[in-house]
Amino acid sequence: MEIKSKLDKSRIYVYFSGEIDEHSANKARATIDNVLENNNFKVVIFDFSNTSFMDSTGIGMLLGRYKKLKKRGVSSYISNPSFSVNKVFQISGIYDVMPKI
Amino acid sequence: MNNKMTIKFDSVSQNEALARNVIASFILPLNPSLSELSDVKTAVSEAVTNAIVHGYPDTVGEVTMVAEIIDSDVHISISDSGVGIDDLNKALEPFFTTKPDDERSGMGFTIIKTFMDDVTVSSRLNFGTTVNMVKSISKVAV
Repeated sequence: MEIKSKLDKSRIYVYFSGEIDEHSANKARATIDNVLENNNFKVVIFDFSNTSFMDSTGIGMLLGRYKKLKKRGVSSYISNPSFSVNKVFQISGIYDVMPKI
Repeated sequence: MNNKMTIKFDSVSQNEALARNVIASFILPLNPSLSELSDVKTAVSEAVTNAIVHGYPDTVGEVTMVAEIIDSDVHISISDSGVGIDDLNKALEPFFTTKPDDERSGMGFTIIKTFMDDVTVSSRLNFGTTVNMVKSISKVAV
C-alpha cells in the first residue's frame, strides 16, 4: 500500500493505493499519523479510488485515526471506494462517523 | 469440473495476500462475478488474518487452507493449530475484539458471515481453530 497526501487550504486529502490488509496497515499507520500530525487542517478526506482490496483491518485503522482526529476537532470523510471496498465500509457502519462524500 | 487443493503456509502477515490470491486463481474457472470474487477474497483474508494474529499471537505456526469446488460451490477451510478461542459465541459477535488497543475492528467474523453463504467455526482451547465456509457461485449463461 502506498500513501500520498495533498493539503488544500483547510482540507487534507489522504490517498490509499494498493491493498489494505493487516500486513500493509501495520506499516501504513505511522506514515498516515506523521502526515496528520504535521499539518493543520479542519477536514480530512480519505480517498480510496486506487484501493484495489480492503478487509476489516482497514476499518480498525480508520477508526483509530478518527478517534485521534475527533479530539482535535477535525471532521473525517471517505471518498471514492470501489464496489467491494464500499461493501466492507457499509457492513461496518463506519459511514455513521465518517460519511461518504 | 470438481477440483481440490491444499496449501500450508507460515503465520506471517505477508501470507494474507498469498492466501487470497491463491483462492482467487482457484475459483476463476467457475467464472465468478467481480462481486463474488471479492467476497471470497475478503472472507479468506479475514480468516487467515485471524489465524495469524489471534491463533499464533506470540509464535509462528502453520496455517492450512483447503479449498474444494463441488459443482458451482466452493468450500473453503482455514485452520490453525494455535491457542484456540476461549468463548466462541463472544468472538462471533460484531465489534468484539480481544485486542482493542491494536485498533482491531472486531468485524472479521461478521464480514465472513455476510460475504459467504454458509459459515461454521470450531475451536478448541490450545488446539486451534477451523473456519469452514461455502460460497455458491452463480451460473451465468455464456
